[in-house]
Amino acid sequence: MGITRRLFGGTALAAMMLAGGAAQAQDNVRIALVVKALGIGFFEAAAKGAEEAAAELGNVEVIYTGPTDTTAEGQIEVINALIAQNVDAIAVSANDTDALVPALKKAMQRGITVISWDSGVAPEGRQLHLNPSSNPLIGNMIIKLAADNLPEGGEVAVLSATTTSTNQNTWIDEMNKVMGNYPGIKVVGTVYGDDLADKSYREAQGLMQTYPDLDAIIAPTSVGIVAAARAVEDAGKVGQVNVTGLGLPSEMAGAIESGASKSFAIWNPIDLGYSATYLAYELATGAAEAAPGAEIPMGRMGKLTLDDNNEGAMADPFIYDASNIDEFKSIF
Amino acid sequence: MKTFLKSREAILSAAILALLVLIASRFPAFVEPGNLARVFTDTSPLILLALGQTVVILTRCIDLSVAANLALTGMVCAMLNAAYPGVPMAAILVLALAMGAVMGMINGLMVWKLNIPPIVVTLGTMTIYRGLIFVLSGGAWVNAHEMSHAFTGFPRAELLGLPVLAWIAILVTGLFFLGIARTPLGRAFYAVGGNPHAAVYTGIDVGRTQFMAFTLSGMLAGLTGYLWVARYSVAYVDIAGGFELEVVAACVIGGISIAGGAGTILGTLLGALFLGIVKNALPVVDISPFWQLAISGTAIIVAVAFNTRSGRSKGRIILKRAEGHA
Repeated sequence: MGITRRLFGGTALAAMMLAGGAAQAQDNVRIALVVKALGIGFFEAAAKGAEEAAAELGNVEVIYTGPTDTTAEGQIEVINALIAQNVDAIAVSANDTDALVPALKKAMQRGITVISWDSGVAPEGRQLHLNPSSNPLIGNMIIKLAADNLPEGGEVAVLSATTTSTNQNTWIDEMNKVMGNYPGIKVVGTVYGDDLADKSYREAQGLMQTYPDLDAIIAPTSVGIVAAARAVEDAGKVGQVNVTGLGLPSEMAGAIESGASKSFAIWNPIDLGYSATYLAYELATGAAEAAPGAEIPMGRMGKLTLDDNNEGAMADPFIYDASNIDEFKSIF
Repeated sequence: MKTFLKSREAILSAAILALLVLIASRFPAFVEPGNLARVFTDTSPLILLALGQTVVILTRCIDLSVAANLALTGMVCAMLNAAYPGVPMAAILVLALAMGAVMGMINGLMVWKLNIPPIVVTLGTMTIYRGLIFVLSGGAWVNAHEMSHAFTGFPRAELLGLPVLAWIAILVTGLFFLGIARTPLGRAFYAVGGNPHAAVYTGIDVGRTQFMAFTLSGMLAGLTGYLWVARYSVAYVDIAGGFELEVVAACVIGGISIAGGAGTILGTLLGALFLGIVKNALPVVDISPFWQLAISGTAIIVAVAFNTRSGRSKGRIILKRAEGHA
């Protein structure tokens, strides 16, 4: 099989050399997965999912790339390089909603399919956006995780990323909307750890000092939740303060083991990379068109239904606890 | 009155006391001894790096690679511990010190032998060291459950009521006090920064002294790298991102002149404590997070304003004399 494909690839290459651009359609569909920054476990897992989708689809080549730090400038450079390489599709998780728009518009003018996933781009800069889950669902999930362990009610506090993080702010807003469904649960404060381990640790310590009766810390950010769990362990408040929110199983395994965190949630990044690759493929090959109300298939994940902004939600967040952490901690 | 005003350490001590009183008025539990010890422990990494930075700045150089050095050493220690949990703590400490020192030496050699401006050298190595973490780790995190208990337990082990991390900061500060005041090298740092030409005439090798300063700074960054990773029980590429600026800020607030040759170890210690107290107090005094950055920044500007003011008044006096003679 491998040899056949290589032979076929060689033939395609020869044909392309002879016939020029005409043969390009027979070539592999090259889909670039642009992430916020290289070296983040979440995105490495998404790349795995993308490879899985590529293997299913057959004639897809995934280019996993991104800047070395989470800046919009770095992503613009990466996108410009991809335009120069004339890839077939770009699927981007954006560091900035608006800053990437000009570069992505340029890509679309050159006939490159552009979609955003995880962290979105403004509508004019992409054809569709794939949300890992819906914001109301996540907002509900993070407070539910805390409330499920507090049948008698109690005080909870939120440890977020930066004050300007779009994702976190949206989720916290959605959480506040459904607070009425959780009588007895009181959100006493929101602090910001800027996604730095040391600042998040300090803010978590501050929360425990300011609110001695605190029952839970909700951290909807992967750096924050790990730091908060460490702070709870160091303060000797395991069992008293439950750390929950959104985190990665590999990073939270220690906190689940120590008991600082009873449960947390995250969507499956593997599924996310998988779905993004499928959607990019469908659009790039012309099999589907991104328009409000459209239903685009994404393999084993079912179908993505687009809303008026050409956005769609993949699935519900998944809960991890002591029962399944060992299974997932080696995956991502 | 004037001499008191000129003593930067006195002003800074007063500022710290005033700050503590202000915080206590809003959140009394902050000034409990237990909490102050916690704040000191939290500030220890900053103190360690600021001490190393102090000797570098004294010799008219700057080391911007300390945070990257810290992160790289921390990652190497964490990866070693994850792969071989049996390696004794002493070996990891020696490795951290040695690795950091070598990275400092690379900076120092380039400044000494190639005469490249220190800010350029360390900006370059800062990026190289961060990049190396990617190369080594492949971008993966080393997480709490992969580290051994001895590894994460060492900095937080209690000794006479204080964690080992705090004791290390105290020990190193003591060594710096003695070393700066009592050893030829300590005095050479001031001579080289105060007047490099005069230093050459007294037989001090300027380049070599700067090399030694970078080595010391690197060594402390390496040690702090291990302590940092063990304290937060996580190692990833971005740890201590932007920390180099905080370290330089601690030195500047402490009265170390960016022009070199002036400043004290006590000043650095107080500068680091000042920043540490601000950082630890902001979460508990219920100030809007939108204001927190502005407050930290203002503290730095005010400190630098003090520095330039004292420098300028000196210049004026000399000028008046010169005018009088002419």
